[in-house]
Amino acid sequence: MSTPTHEMWTARLRSSWQRNLPIEKLLPDDQPAYVASWIYVFGVATIAALGVIIASGIVLAFQGPAWYHTSDIGNFTNSIHFWSVQMFFAFMVIHLWGKFWMAAWRGNRVRTWITGAVAFVVSIATAFTGYLVQTNFDSQWISFEAKDGFNSVGVGAWFTVTNLGQMLLLHVAFLPLILGVLTLVHVLMVRRRGVVPPIDAVPANLEVRK
Amino acid sequence: MTGWLASFLNHPATYLKWGWFQISISNLIVILIMLALFAAAILIKFPKGRE
Repeated sequence: MSTPTHEMWTARLRSSWQRNLPIEKLLPDDQPAYVASWIYVFGVATIAALGVIIASGIVLAFQGPAWYHTSDIGNFTNSIHFWSVQMFFAFMVIHLWGKFWMAAWRGNRVRTWITGAVAFVVSIATAFTGYLVQTNFDSQWISFEAKDGFNSVGVGAWFTVTNLGQMLLLHVAFLPLILGVLTLVHVLMVRRRGVVPPIDAVPANLEVRK
Repeated sequence: MTGWLASFLNHPATYLKWGWFQISISNLIVILIMLALFAAAILIKFPKGRE
């Protein structure tokens, strides 16, 4: 005897998704009037910078250090990767300042706030492992300075910053995967609850801008 | 790379110190640009969209 459709986990997941995140919320073409402010631009600017980081990172991974240390186009791609990270962090921190001062965790958005905060911490770890896998004297210096710090707090045997293989895999595989998933969940939560209104918003501000 | 930018980037960082607090000029410039961007994002009017 087959299980009734409404008890299947796939059916429960489908109906939950349709109830919480219908396609109109997932891909909206209108936003409330208050979103027409430059301070709301920095979240998507962070995602754009992340896109450039991933694209340039894929090129660096395929071509390798012998290419990006010696050729002009390799140096250029390496710089694109570095400077897009600088812009990613600058935009992310301005986004954080904006969201902090508008108390963006209001309206049942606490999980959106938390995923953003965790994504920030994971981004720092990803950038740090990036500095360690440059395969130059700079990365050697940073890793030998950092190992003493990690050893002093007792995690050096587990997180070995002088182990290039471990740092490279963390930088190009594990941490980007975690960051990608966190970013996706963060954006889906923003779409589900909508962009947080200003603290002093009146009902007229909340109307969708056509 | 030539000029003042090259001489700024190709040397060890210059640090400003006030007691226990110290910061490189490079990091200070980045933080000041971020603060300016934040202020500009709040103060500058967003262009009108579709009406």
